[in-house]
Amino acid sequence: MEVTISATNEILTTDGIPLKVSLKKAERKNKIRAFLLVFPLLLFIIVTFVVPIGDMLLRSVDDSQINTVFPKTFEEYKKWDRQDLPPEEVYKSIFFELAEGEGIQIGKALTRMNYSKSGWKSLIKKTKRKIKKIVKSGDLPTSYKDTMIEIHKGWGDPSFWVSMSQMTDERTLIYYWNAIDRTYDIDGNVIMQDEKRRMYIKTWIRTLKVSVYVTFFCLILGFPVAHLLANLPLRYSNLLMIFVLLPFWTSLLVRTTAWIVMLQQKGVINGVLVWLGIINDDQRIQMVYNMTGTIIAMTQILLPFMILPLYSVMKVIPKSHMRAAQNLGAKPVKAFIRVYLPQTVPGMSAGGLLVFVLAIGYFITPELVGGKDGQLIGHWIAYHLKTTLNWGLCSAIGSILLAVMLVLYWLYNKIVGIDNIKLG
Amino acid sequence: MALPSYATPIQRTYYYLYIFFCCVVFFFLIAPLIAIIPISFSKSPFMVFTEGMMSWPPDPDAWSFRWYRYMVGICTDKNLTTPCGNKWMIGTVNSFFVGFVSTFFATALGTLAALGLSRPHMPYKGLIMSILISPMIVPLIITAAGMFFFYAKINLVYTFTGIILAHIALSTPFVVITVTATLVGFDMNMVKASQSLGAKPMRTFFKVIMPLILPGVISGALFAFITSFDEVVIVMFMASLDQLTIPKQMWAGIRQEISPVILCMATCLVALSIFLLTTVEILRRRSEKLRGITAR
Repeated sequence: MEVTISATNEILTTDGIPLKVSLKKAERKNKIRAFLLVFPLLLFIIVTFVVPIGDMLLRSVDDSQINTVFPKTFEEYKKWDRQDLPPEEVYKSIFFELAEGEGIQIGKALTRMNYSKSGWKSLIKKTKRKIKKIVKSGDLPTSYKDTMIEIHKGWGDPSFWVSMSQMTDERTLIYYWNAIDRTYDIDGNVIMQDEKRRMYIKTWIRTLKVSVYVTFFCLILGFPVAHLLANLPLRYSNLLMIFVLLPFWTSLLVRTTAWIVMLQQKGVINGVLVWLGIINDDQRIQMVYNMTGTIIAMTQILLPFMILPLYSVMKVIPKSHMRAAQNLGAKPVKAFIRVYLPQTVPGMSAGGLLVFVLAIGYFITPELVGGKDGQLIGHWIAYHLKTTLNWGLCSAIGSILLAVMLVLYWLYNKIVGIDNIKLG
Repeated sequence: MALPSYATPIQRTYYYLYIFFCCVVFFFLIAPLIAIIPISFSKSPFMVFTEGMMSWPPDPDAWSFRWYRYMVGICTDKNLTTPCGNKWMIGTVNSFFVGFVSTFFATALGTLAALGLSRPHMPYKGLIMSILISPMIVPLIITAAGMFFFYAKINLVYTFTGIILAHIALSTPFVVITVTATLVGFDMNMVKASQSLGAKPMRTFFKVIMPLILPGVISGALFAFITSFDEVVIVMFMASLDQLTIPKQMWAGIRQEISPVILCMATCLVALSIFLLTTVEILRRRSEKLRGITAR
């Protein structure tokens, strides 16, 4: 390409365009080309993954469904001065909204109302039947307030009405409070749940505890193995690597099943212990369907995630460092602690964080081998998703868990860099 | 890493303790997988080693293929107490179907994206990379919940389409990571050379780029396949009752009827994973050779 130098000392291409502009243009073209290659996948992930997760986040604070069922009532309710009982207008609007509302929608709203104050569901169900009869007969009452209190004395109980103030907003934090065993009292203050309904904080603490244990055990078990693999001649270490990679490639359910086979009361480990005479036949240890089972199985399942990062860090530590330290008079233990160990810290933190992050979100293994006291927080997400259909609470627990994960991954990214994740 | 000849007795003791400890850990890693294999050939209806299996010389009455026959749907066995049918085979067919379809799309989308990400001009690389990798990072149970709510809105729950879409999203990160890793150190001059010799972009892609990154693409595809093949949480929430897959059947099996038939399937899956592991290892070495990186 011919380059001419113009009077203003600007370098021009043959077409007379300044080189800078032309270069920028070419670069932009390249940028667009690169982006176009990534675009299909980016769009796909955003539609099938990011949007659903965002939808879940919104759902965790969403309270709009109930507002579509009782719009008029809530409007009148907001005018009420909160003294004694609400005025006649409120009773009138809820009377008609119950009589004319769609059954399914009212049912959903009732479930929501019960989260704020138990008793709403039965109160409204009983009232609705009678209201429908009244409307059918065409004999509309003169005072809706008196009629409704006559139908059920709950309508004369101010505490029901006070609790309604929590529902009139389209956004709510009740699910987040529920997820940490708290709730609103009827005046809207945050209080602890009833003693028997407190189970989430317990599970959160257990989740953290199990994750810490699993990370710790993985580090203890993984460190020597990674060290051995990194220092053996390649032909041996490649062979031994199979022991690490095979579990990594094997189905999670297979590994979980295998642990049930190993740990159950008639299982392999108890069998060996009885055969060796260490325990009697009637003293078989219960190792599965409790927290012990969860910890043992999760340690084995997550161990490769600790060994692989440690291995790749240890592989590049020159062997001469230890020799040099010893040459300078350090005892082997001291040389190990002062010279070798500090150099493995990046590997330990990478592996540790990875195992910890994977552990707190674990669901399958604890669900199958955890029994009653080995469940982690993922259990409640599944439970509310499938069994109670309390999707708000399900989303709130999920969102909290997601937030914890993101913070940890941010840390991981700071330490290792997310694009340094390696497989196999 | 042998012990030097001048090692003191204490050093020797430490050394042997260390080797012993490592052996224990290797045993811990592999023993559960090995233990299930013999039990899958058991005659007993429980997942245990029976006395007959432990005796020496081997007692032929304790061993049988009955659970394998049960698994493939041959129900001639009169002593069966559990309902026998071809559920496992339906599950296998479905698993392979979902696995293959999602692997195909995940590999295509992931490879393209990796090619784009490896270009020096890629804008917002870090941000886009973290979005693309996020399905691998977010715990499955959260993904499952989010997808269930969202797919329920657009009537995709209880369909294979929904499951496949979810599986593609879950498995693309693996393809992106492996292919990007292969592209590190990829010599862009080769592309320029082929273009200067007159090849159109398509021809350059299939004749120059593809052969070089193929090992990475295949390993990525295998990762994607195993991710979809092994996935149970999303299937549990998004599949209808009769949409069985192997992991779903295993889950139900562990939950309800603990019979050795689960172990038969588990044994098959261990065999599959050995096959996949070997393939990936061979490909990795081949790729390193191709790119001129000698084994570390």
